Amino acid sequence: MKSVIRGAVSALAMAGALAAGAAQAADDVIKIGVLHSLSGTMAISETTLKDTVLMMVDDLNKNGGLLGKQVEAVVVDPASDWPLFAEKARELLEGEQVAAVFGCWTSVSRKSVLPVFEELNGLLFYPVQYEGEESSRNVFYTGAAPNQQAIPAVEYLMSEDGGGAERFVLLGTDYVYPRTTNKILRAFLNDKGITDADIMENYTPFGHSDWQTIVSEVKEFASQGKKTAVVSTINGDANVPFYKELGNQGINAEEIPVVAFSVGEEELAGLDTEPLVGHLAAWNYFMSVESDVNDSFIEQWHAFIGNEDRVTNDPMEATYIGFKMWAQAVKQAGSTDVDAVRQAMYGQTVPNLTGGTAVMNANHHLSKPVLIGEIQDDGMIETVWSTEKEVVGDAWSDFIPESAKLTADWTYPWVCGNCEAPKYVTN
Amino acid sequence: MPALSKLFRLRAFAVLIVLLIPSAASAELAQDLQALTEKSNATKVAAVESLAAGGHERAVPILQAFLAGRLFQVKEDDRMVVAEDSAGGYRIFDAMTGEALGEVGKRKLRKVRINNRLRQAVKAALGALTLGSSDPAARIQAADAVFRSAQSDMLGPLEAALARESDLKVASRLARALAATELATSDDKATRLAAIEALAAFVDQEVRAIVSGLLIIDGEGRPAEPDSDLRAAAAETLKTIESKLAFNGFIENIFQGISLGSVLLLAAIGLAITFGVMGVINMAHGEMVMIGAYTTFVVQEVFRASFPGAFDYSLLVAIPAAFLVTGLVGIGIERGVIRFLYGRPLETLLATWGLSLILQQVVRSIFGPTNREVGNPAWMSGAWEVAGGLTLTYNRLWIILFALLVFALLMALIRFSGYGLQMRAVTQNRPMASSMGIRTGWVDAMTFGLGSGIAGMAGVALSQIDNVSPNLGQGYIIDSFMVVVFGGVGNLWGTLVGAFSLGLVNKFLEPYAGAVLGKILVLVVIILFIQKRPRGLFALRGRAVEN
Repeated sequence: MKSVIRGAVSALAMAGALAAGAAQAADDVIKIGVLHSLSGTMAISETTLKDTVLMMVDDLNKNGGLLGKQVEAVVVDPASDWPLFAEKARELLEGEQVAAVFGCWTSVSRKSVLPVFEELNGLLFYPVQYEGEESSRNVFYTGAAPNQQAIPAVEYLMSEDGGGAERFVLLGTDYVYPRTTNKILRAFLNDKGITDADIMENYTPFGHSDWQTIVSEVKEFASQGKKTAVVSTINGDANVPFYKELGNQGINAEEIPVVAFSVGEEELAGLDTEPLVGHLAAWNYFMSVESDVNDSFIEQWHAFIGNEDRVTNDPMEATYIGFKMWAQAVKQAGSTDVDAVRQAMYGQTVPNLTGGTAVMNANHHLSKPVLIGEIQDDGMIETVWSTEKEVVGDAWSDFIPESAKLTADWTYPWVCGNCEAPKYVTN
Repeated sequence: MPALSKLFRLRAFAVLIVLLIPSAASAELAQDLQALTEKSNATKVAAVESLAAGGHERAVPILQAFLAGRLFQVKEDDRMVVAEDSAGGYRIFDAMTGEALGEVGKRKLRKVRINNRLRQAVKAALGALTLGSSDPAARIQAADAVFRSAQSDMLGPLEAALARESDLKVASRLARALAATELATSDDKATRLAAIEALAAFVDQEVRAIVSGLLIIDGEGRPAEPDSDLRAAAAETLKTIESKLAFNGFIENIFQGISLGSVLLLAAIGLAITFGVMGVINMAHGEMVMIGAYTTFVVQEVFRASFPGAFDYSLLVAIPAAFLVTGLVGIGIERGVIRFLYGRPLETLLATWGLSLILQQVVRSIFGPTNREVGNPAWMSGAWEVAGGLTLTYNRLWIILFALLVFALLMALIRFSGYGLQMRAVTQNRPMASSMGIRTGWVDAMTFGLGSGIAGMAGVALSQIDNVSPNLGQGYIIDSFMVVVFGGVGNLWGTLVGAFSLGLVNKFLEPYAGAVLGKILVLVVIILFIQKRPRGLFALRGRAVEN
């Protein structure tokens, strides 16, 4: 009985796929997939990215579409459920035959869909800063790698302008991104002569709300005679009670600055930022950046979403760059074929929103400027330090011995995401 | 005649001087102002110091505006202005003269950037300029800023300020600043020794940081302070400070434990009634808490829109509103679902779990999936600094008081009111109560409503310390059951003791085991405890237990 049902279901699915394929040919549309959680704990962050993709698609279609065809976004909801991400990815690639997928936020969701994209040779554009240590042939990483966010942020804290910190507290949510990032940071700090005695590491579960003890511990740790700074990889809405507790316990940014890697304008939107002025965030884009292209992006976003109060943030910029690059690569390749588009992606450039240029490198990571900003009383983040020019994303950290040897380069003669030597050597 | 002409000439000269002096000072002011827009932070710090040293009457307002992020440069003509928010953008005033220049759009101005390093410099400069302020709070702020900057040129002003200070609290801060400044800048060993000894009187983490800074040994084995006598004195002072800090830390830890306990108590107390007294396994209890939190949000929205001036009192309205709303929802649930399922715990469990999902989705559909901002009234923000290293945050203090108040009121209601008597009668022996003429169905509905209403009030309190999202309740349902079972089902005093002891144990474990492991350990301890005493801390005895 079971096998009969299964057979019937798969027959139906195949029929559906065929019908979809036929429809595609007939309608002359290019389909792309949008794989962001629209419900569950991550909805707070990911819904905005879904809207960003829809805005870009809308814009592209208004300007004549792509290769003479209209682009159609297929939106699915993986509901912050990591295994469901893989299922939905398969549905998009096999069922809907999409040309590319824009999606994922947490690293655990990306790890979940990775085998599906590699098996079916799909294309994923991943728009969020992450822990690095990965380079897949089927993923383009448009967010920051650690050397484009975490390392410069810590360097800034150690500089004179950043307060000259000599002691660090690494606070994080308990999952792969904070743990890996902190591993890299610890190695980096040790490299700079900061001993383990001057580093405190602490992990809390998703959605942690009682920060009293931890904030007291930070104060205690900071009163040992050396300038102390906090590096926060706390993710999601746990940040709100964390910052409230910081404000209430009167930790001010001049004495103990807190630099966050996962707090942007969107996360600050529901918060009274008055007591937080001066705490820092490290990203590659802030809404407050002054450039013409940023002004028009904000205008376009407000018009599309129909709300003047909505903010823009870094992962939105990464989505914007990823989408533009994909569209350019498709145009250049003259096809949506994954292999052709991938070849066309290397070296592709798009003006970024901070007035510079984003370049896609052969390791599937972008070149990005690094910005360090301080939180303002209006919930915006103002740049206080930035790199002179764009920094090339490094897939494998130089500060972890086993990954320092690895190279990610998907062009000849390497054609590899994690090799110590090129695959094709001519001699 | 010659005398007259001489006089005239003198007067002209005087006028010239009077005219010249301000313009020279103004030129310097203008130069310093312009330097604030430079890219290099070192230049900006120098400009801040020069502004403070110049003593121009505009220096204080300019520095204050700079600190508040209100100092701008007009993009068109590079004029420096101080801006205030207005409907159409900014109302601007000339930074040099304070003259009003009308309104401009936000994008017409370029903000003069400030960062932490500059903020520190500005605070130090303002501290030096405002030591003589008439407001004691401003003097305390000034003394603390001077304490942090510890610059030698402040010694004289500090001594003068200390001599004329009459407020004890301010005087103590000034003495602290003076000792720290002497320690940091003096060349005289005796002065520094005295300063170190004086610092022992100030028990706080900043002083501890300064004193322990002397004892740091760098990479090559050289101590930060070369003089061994000073090091010995510093070690002595540090010992005194640390022992007092450790004591304060212990008190703070107890406070945090009680505060966590009060949150647990609030969340569990409603469940102690619906589950403990009535025996209904109510999985939708967390959603009652969540609805209470959303009621707070709605009440605050109404206040924001209609009575923005009275925002600080919004919680006082939200508490009864939340009680009513969730109480009514509770009565609805009891009448609509639960009364058909009495005596069938498994079905009740499934039905209420389903209800909890429905309620979450309803709230998500109405208010959206993202978190809602519930504001803290002014009286719930900040902390009460009892002593150095011992700060009690106001929001937690209020929640402790609120939890105890709710508990006391509930006990009084059950003990002394007619309804309380009926409720106890029904839960102890339903058929007997019924035959005495008590409307048991009505009492059931009211009791369930009461439990839900209390959960709603808990939601008001939790909205102040947690995120208001549709998932709010899920985080508390497990803890609530844990408290009720641990304390003893059916016993409200057990819930009280259970909540506070779990809170304290949790907070004393957390520094050693971390937040995640601490929680696991508590859970293991409870499981073992229940094995030993299945009825919890305070088991009910007598016939009620047998049913």
